Amino acid sequence: MSKQPPSPQLFASAAAFEEEPSQAAIPAAFGRNSWKSLGWAKKNLFNTRLNTVLTLACLYFLWRTIPPMVEWALVNATWLGTPDECRAATGACWAIIVEKHRLIFFGTYPYEQQWRPFAACLLFVAMLAASGYRPFWRPWLAAAWVATLTAMGVLMWGGVFGLTLVENDKWGGLPITLMLSVFSIVLAFPLAILLALGRQSDLPAVKALCVGFIELMRGVPLVSVLFMASVMFPLFMPDGVVVDKLLRALAGLTLFTAAYLAEAVRGGLQAVPKGQYEAADALCLTYWQKMGLIILPQALRMVIPPIVNQFISCFKDTSLVTIVGLYDLLTAATVATTDPEWRPFFGEVYVFAGLLFWGFCYSMSRYSQWLEVALNRHNRR
Amino acid sequence: MSATPVIELHKVEKWYGHYHALRDVNLTINRGEKVVVCGPSGSGKSTMIRCINRLEAHQAGRIIVNGAELTDDVKAVEAVRRQVGMVFQNFNLFPHLTILQNLTLAPIWVKGAPKAEIEEVAMMHLRRVRIPEQAHKYPGQLSGGQQQRVAIARALCMRPDILLFDEPTSALDPEMVKEVLDVMSELADEGITMICVTHEMGFARQVADTMVFMAEGSVIEVGPPSQFFENPQSERTRQFLGQILQH
Ligand SMILES: Nc1ncnc2c1ncn2[C@@H]1O[C@H](COP(=O)(O)OP(=O)(O)OP(=O)(O)O)[C@@H](O)[C@H]1O
Ligand SMILES: [Mg+2]
Repeated sequence: MSKQPPSPQLFASAAAFEEEPSQAAIPAAFGRNSWKSLGWAKKNLFNTRLNTVLTLACLYFLWRTIPPMVEWALVNATWLGTPDECRAATGACWAIIVEKHRLIFFGTYPYEQQWRPFAACLLFVAMLAASGYRPFWRPWLAAAWVATLTAMGVLMWGGVFGLTLVENDKWGGLPITLMLSVFSIVLAFPLAILLALGRQSDLPAVKALCVGFIELMRGVPLVSVLFMASVMFPLFMPDGVVVDKLLRALAGLTLFTAAYLAEAVRGGLQAVPKGQYEAADALCLTYWQKMGLIILPQALRMVIPPIVNQFISCFKDTSLVTIVGLYDLLTAATVATTDPEWRPFFGEVYVFAGLLFWGFCYSMSRYSQWLEVALNRHNRR
Repeated sequence: MSATPVIELHKVEKWYGHYHALRDVNLTINRGEKVVVCGPSGSGKSTMIRCINRLEAHQAGRIIVNGAELTDDVKAVEAVRRQVGMVFQNFNLFPHLTILQNLTLAPIWVKGAPKAEIEEVAMMHLRRVRIPEQAHKYPGQLSGGQQQRVAIARALCMRPDILLFDEPTSALDPEMVKEVLDVMSELADEGITMICVTHEMGFARQVADTMVFMAEGSVIEVGPPSQFFENPQSERTRQFLGQILQH
């Protein structure tokens, strides 16, 4: 036996095995590549005694977990049917999703009006997707967003064009989750940039204010921020001024996200070489021109991954608004499980809600990877 | 006319914390004069020329550029920076912008120049530094020598009266030094005021009207190149030249 440190090899093979089964397993299924991948497996998975043991252990683990999972989720699952049929089957009860999907997606929005949040969500997601496409980054996109938001407002609230009025305490489910997360991200982003710039400011008062705010927000759990926003904030308001519950939660979420984002942005600002600041100064650019045209475009590109990290965590954090009585996707899903008839199948509902969250977060993650490559093209020769 | 002072440094002192970086620096530079500054590493050459466009602030003494005195007053600093172009050792091009955008950005935003017009000017300067074909590439796609020539063109696009060079060739591979020095010599012939920190003594001999030698934050010797090279007044200068001209 060689006395080489086994660890890098070991990790490499374990990681390769867990993360890239496609490379290892799929080519083996095709005749032409099978010898090559056998060779690969021999070199990477069975090269030392320890690796062989680990590989076999992993294989055993997968063999014991994957087939039962597939059986539960697909083979023995009940896709349509009654709770009794579900109880009879040994697999997952997806019938509860079919039965309760309107409640999960739209919460307590009046049942016969639910096409409206549906249309609003479609519109919203379509616009988000379109906004991700770089050739569309033109002034008219802003106009399109104004139109979209107006249309969404009309759809959700109604009260005009013969649509019945639906107050926003009746809203729930996906529209709440989408709107809260997207609006808080969109509002938090510029705020974060200002905070990050303020933190680097030469003006002691500005700097202290920004540092104080960031440290305060980062030192407090989001749950308390949301409580403060929804319970304490109204106490400070003059009599008669009522700020909507949804808006208060949005404000709390925005401020919280902004504090974290500001730190990500600051990282980017610090990574821009000093020479860039000096060149901008020497060309007589003003502070805002220097930041807006030279420094931030470079800084933000460098920190796309941590920024998207914050976006993703903000998206998931929206599920905490349930504690201030808002009806987000996860809350709606929870409510869907309270039906006594379907009670035993709450697991499936959470799996479904989890998949929805995962779908949105994974799309964000993929998009950010693509964007990073697209925006950093100039760095390649 | 030929002896109008455009830059006057009068008893300038500069500290970095407790470190005394410039000591009683006095220097007068006339319009159209080519000044080459040399001296050992850490002697304050960069510090001095960076004080001239206020990338660094001096703490005592006066610096007057084209009639405007540099103080904390933002307006005065702006007035000076509009007239003073700077070329850095590490080029400091903006990597996220194309060459043409690098050249036109400041004229458009600072001077409000019309885009089409300034792009033409920019192309003219790119031809002058002999790289018009690179206009639509990004800085990262150019060689060091090309990048430094772009940096010179970028400074020229602001139509400066004065150009500052801080060791423009010392980050370059030897084979690229000449192409940059050639461009600088041509500029010198055109009558712009130039202050150049460099150790390229051949260039200095050929181009400089005045040599300035600095050591330990002080100006030790000022004089025309003939005297400076053939008959230096100070022992410190002689030592330095002895070291640098050996190689
Ligand atoms: N930002 C700064 N903070 C503290 N000290 C500094 C700073 N910049 C320069 N110094 C110090 O001031 C002195 C002069 O620096 P300067 O860069 O002007 O030297 P130089 O003559 O340009 O040297 P070189 O030939 O190496 O470029 C050096 O000792 C340096 O360490
Ligand atoms: Mg220097």
